[in-house]
Amino acid sequence: MLVLNFSLMHLAPGDVADTISQSMGGADQEILDQIRADYGLDQPFIVQLGRYIGNVLQFDLGYSFFYNMPVTELILQRLPATLILVITAQLLALTIGVVMGVISAQKPNGLMSHFVTFLALFGYSAPVFWTGILLLIGFSLHFQWFPVAGMRDVTIEGGFWVHFVDLIRHLTLPMITLASVFFALYSRLARASMMEVLGSDYVRTAKAKGLSVREVVYKHALKNALSPVITLAGLQFSAVISGAVLVEAVFSWPGLGTLAFQSIIARDTPTILGILFFSALVVIVGNLLTDLALRLVDPRVGGKK
Amino acid sequence: MSDKPIIIEDETPKAQSPFSEAWGMFRRNHAALVALFVLAVIVFMAIFGPLLYPTDPFEMVWAPFSPPGQEGFLLGTDYLGRDLLAMVINGAKVSLLIGLAAALVSIFIGVSIGALAGFYRGWVEELLMRITEFFQVLPTLLFSMVIVALFGASLPMITLAIGIVSWTAVARITRSEFLRIRELEYVMAARACGVSNTRLMFGVILPNALPPIIVQSALMVGSAILFEAGLSFLGLTDPNVVSWGQIIGSNRQYILDASYTVTIPGVAIFITVLAISLVGDGLNDALNPKLRQR
Repeated sequence: MLVLNFSLMHLAPGDVADTISQSMGGADQEILDQIRADYGLDQPFIVQLGRYIGNVLQFDLGYSFFYNMPVTELILQRLPATLILVITAQLLALTIGVVMGVISAQKPNGLMSHFVTFLALFGYSAPVFWTGILLLIGFSLHFQWFPVAGMRDVTIEGGFWVHFVDLIRHLTLPMITLASVFFALYSRLARASMMEVLGSDYVRTAKAKGLSVREVVYKHALKNALSPVITLAGLQFSAVISGAVLVEAVFSWPGLGTLAFQSIIARDTPTILGILFFSALVVIVGNLLTDLALRLVDPRVGGKK
Repeated sequence: MSDKPIIIEDETPKAQSPFSEAWGMFRRNHAALVALFVLAVIVFMAIFGPLLYPTDPFEMVWAPFSPPGQEGFLLGTDYLGRDLLAMVINGAKVSLLIGLAAALVSIFIGVSIGALAGFYRGWVEELLMRITEFFQVLPTLLFSMVIVALFGASLPMITLAIGIVSWTAVARITRSEFLRIRELEYVMAARACGVSNTRLMFGVILPNALPPIIVQSALMVGSAILFEAGLSFLGLTDPNVVSWGQIIGSNRQYILDASYTVTIPGVAIFITVLAISLVGDGLNDALNPKLRQR
């Protein structure tokens, strides 16, 4: 798995640009009918391809004729919203997942264990947009605890904290929805790896030394049980972004997913391809961060390779 | 995985066909048995439902937003006054069909790539695994949205789009199985007998690599159904067919008036995918008995 993360790091952006332009090649036929040679689409395929790769390497993703602004600028405008959603959801899923996994690992046949297994199945089987709508019906329409859509309330005035609280209120439901898919996965793995660690010799030694159960579990075992979970979380990044697209659609969250959806309907190809490119970048950066986190948890990781 | 105790039977082993042995293991997983039954009912409904309940899912049969159980419509009507039961029944066919076909596409791609990489090693493996990693980095849903948007939202295209983005897990599993099996003695023996590479790959190694691939494929059908639901929820689907995700997507604006139009198809998706993953779990028990003895 380390090898995998390492090779992901070496994946050059040229690679990404390559395939994106290939899908652009497919787009040409359709778009040629709609727009004229202004956009340079009458050029031979190879010329376009070369030009596109060259531009992408300079972070110029073209011009969105639908939004009337450069694609890079457009995406950077929307990127923070998606990042907030994705990162908080991942953190929430990891925290709850690990806590539940650790608790249930201490009683493998207890109530909590069965609960975790059940939740894992639920998280896997329920469509994320459906979970989102159910939460929306329950907490926004029925109880009216949370706003229905969007990321901020434009009518609100006040200092930083007022806006911050407003953001949290808008964020809560989308974040929980997105996390619901993944925390079950993490808790299952955390449970399995915790059980394995708890059975190992050094944990027995720690117990024999007379340390309390609490100390053994949280000081000695947890650190070692964490690394497979973190690795998995890194691998899930592209899935989390896919989920975010749907969640954004449900809650009208003004991020990349909504932008992607709108530009697909508007047939705004440069924007779509730009988003694809950027989200791949986000995944790669996510993998890098995962590697760093792994090294923090387990210093042995840095030594290999 | 459930934590049921492993029952070790002390009888003298009888000669069993691999199939009946697997079935015997599968039968012990009760959840999987129930799930298999549920799945059978759903498949039956998808095939024969439209015959038994011949209401046209596109026809306006009653006033919009008639709640379930009243005025003669078991599941009520949607925002256009269409019969929700008819829509769910007809949607089953599309959802299952796309799920199955997309899973087949991704298994075909995944097995081919994994087999080639695991069998030939060297630069072939290097190249193919790079490609696999590349596909892992792309957010799958965005990528297939792009494919569907660019090439049109016909059913075959949707199937292909889902298949193209979801084969990486199969490729990895196939490759690692091939790497393990190709070093085994019976493969050496076959190679020494002069069996051709193609036959070695597909006649000798592949059948022995199948069990984990089958388990993964079962899960894949489930995730392909979810995938299709996601795409059609976003409206990226053939407008001339009904599918579960599409019912949810098109009724989404009306959840204030009629939340059941969203809940019911969602339950259908949920139960189907749950059943498939439980069956996959059972298959795992049946085909990898060694794993159970942890």
